[in-house]
Amino acid sequence: MKKVLILGATSAIAQATVRLLAARGASLYLVGRNAQNLEAVAKDAATRGAAKVESRALDLDDCGAHEALVEQAMQALGGLDGAVIAHGVLGDQDASQRSWAAAEAVLRTNFLSAASLLTSLANRFEAQKAGTLVVISSVAGDRGRQSNYVYGASKGALSVFLQGLRNRLAKSNVAVVTVKPGFVDTPMTAHVPKNKLFASPEKVARGLLAAADGRKNEVYVPGFWALIMLIIRSIPEPIFKRLKL
Amino acid sequence: MKSPQSWGRFPRVAQETRALTWGSGALPSAPGPLLPHGLGRSYGDSCLNADGTLLLTSALDRLIDFDPATGVLRCEAGVTLDTVLRLVAPRGWFLPVTPGTKYVTVGGAIANDVHGKNHHRGGTFGRYVRSFELLRSDGTRRVCAPDAHPDWYGATIGGLGLTGLITWAEVQLVPIRNPYILQETVPCENLDAFLDVARASEADYEFTMAWVDCLARGRKLGRGLLFRGNFAPPQFDGLPLAKSHLSHGSGLAVPVDMPAFCLNRLSVSAFNWLYYRRQRGRPRQRLTHYDPFFYPLDAIYGWNRIYGARGFLQFQCVVPYSTARDALREILERSSRGGVPSFLSVLKTFGDIPSPGWLSFPRQGVTLAMDFANRGEKTWRLVEDLDRLTREAGGAVYPAKDARMSPESFAAYFPRREQFLPYIDPAFSSSFWRRVNPPATPSLPMLEGRADGATPPVSLLAIR
Repeated sequence: MKKVLILGATSAIAQATVRLLAARGASLYLVGRNAQNLEAVAKDAATRGAAKVESRALDLDDCGAHEALVEQAMQALGGLDGAVIAHGVLGDQDASQRSWAAAEAVLRTNFLSAASLLTSLANRFEAQKAGTLVVISSVAGDRGRQSNYVYGASKGALSVFLQGLRNRLAKSNVAVVTVKPGFVDTPMTAHVPKNKLFASPEKVARGLLAAADGRKNEVYVPGFWALIMLIIRSIPEPIFKRLKL
Repeated sequence: MKSPQSWGRFPRVAQETRALTWGSGALPSAPGPLLPHGLGRSYGDSCLNADGTLLLTSALDRLIDFDPATGVLRCEAGVTLDTVLRLVAPRGWFLPVTPGTKYVTVGGAIANDVHGKNHHRGGTFGRYVRSFELLRSDGTRRVCAPDAHPDWYGATIGGLGLTGLITWAEVQLVPIRNPYILQETVPCENLDAFLDVARASEADYEFTMAWVDCLARGRKLGRGLLFRGNFAPPQFDGLPLAKSHLSHGSGLAVPVDMPAFCLNRLSVSAFNWLYYRRQRGRPRQRLTHYDPFFYPLDAIYGWNRIYGARGFLQFQCVVPYSTARDALREILERSSRGGVPSFLSVLKTFGDIPSPGWLSFPRQGVTLAMDFANRGEKTWRLVEDLDRLTREAGGAVYPAKDARMSPESFAAYFPRREQFLPYIDPAFSSSFWRRVNPPATPSLPMLEGRADGATPPVSLLAIR
């Protein structure tokens, strides 16, 4: 990936990814909500060696703006050969159970806006018969649990969307990479007590880029989550529904 | 989350933490007083805040700008010296001053006004800080520089993180034409020999420091090896120069706390003897990459764990040349007799280049750093003794390496304390600061157990 659009560039995993790409001398188009924070990430990337850094502050919930955004990014970088979709919210499960508005907001940010961006990007990459789409989903999307099924559903829907997209784009030489991190030590999880399962954003970013370079389909980062989720998915539903997970 | 410790792992205190993510945000509201905390490489309690809140700056690690033409770097305060070197060394620039570990943040280097092996030539880190932004708890932001808010500039350099949060800083780097150091090792028979060689080396060598065998006594007191060096000239053709990349350490790590019996008089003296012999047999002059030259201990990740779970006390003092011979002889004798040997002791001369920082530690003279495994009261009494000797010699002890100096000592070492006081952020404090500045009224309950400083505690282990 040499000319990369990064959506949700101020997230911890995206920032770590941006640094790795910058050190490789990639050209980057960064999108995030907060203009000031976005500028800090853009300057960091430029100082670390990115060939070119452009940025635009935008709330990605506004799906109507996506088509123009992708167009702008392509113009600014002279084309795109990669995109990283890293924006997302954890949401509040309790609030999402009490009010549909809260649940809908999580689904919109994590699934609808990602699907909208992917539609625009996929059509262009399909036409140019090249490119890599890297999307951060989550292990939480592998099975619904009472403790965060709204977030899980948003990521699960995203994972299924990506499966279909991968199937469609396989003949067009476009890689669709689903990245499923486990627990990551980021501001998103600042309130959660940390344990040995937590990985650093840097570690996740390295795994993400390795998967992108290898044009992998679905990867768990760190890898041990593949085993954990295999077990979790294997528990029969009659038992699973009685567990406190 | 486990409460962060200092590098000496003593004292152990309970405190809250708040991770800062963006320099543009406001300071968080949190219980107790606040204190910025980078990588916790200070040895004692100047980076701790018992019953307060540490503002963790490690995510404020973004670079803002680097001009390869002028060597001016602007970055957030949580950027490490390691990150700086990885960026600038391949482009022909280097840190103007670096301490013995690259795992400190730029903010921490300013707050402690760190020094390095080139103090006689370059002075302290603070001299190269062109400007920084200081965020106060009342929400004000000041860009401080020698000619803009010079009072805040002087108070914050060496100000131990008490004047507010440094969000970003701009540092002037120095040009290099080679990442390798041409190093010379000079064995010194005793303290007198060290002082002579060290002074004589200052004119021709950018970097000097000496490792001292702390257990040598009598005529060999102060025996050690003096290392001096300069950046190698470009196209030096005696030895290979091809590998100009950064080395990444030896990969050695101390995985667990070593049991206390591993570190005793016998093992330390064996180590010191072997080290002295081994180095003596080596060629006196050799080419070495800057990484092992400046950061030999960084190669052993978590080396502080060799002292076991009880941690260790560091002691670093500086004494003026007029009293150096007698005072250092006494200090070395006292510590070699003390029965709690120092594993690694370092001697170095400080030049007369003043720092802009009001509370800066380095001053002209000779500095000696030692670390002592924490063996309770025995260790405490020894270090207390060394502190007294330093005071009598008109010297000073380094706050970044201290866990026990008394309020009287602090006031004697840092005469500009009074000038500094009004610049402390009312919402900021540290365990160190409360210890060396106890409440004025004696009837008030002490904030911390050892605030009086005069009487040694019943047991060091009781204080956690």
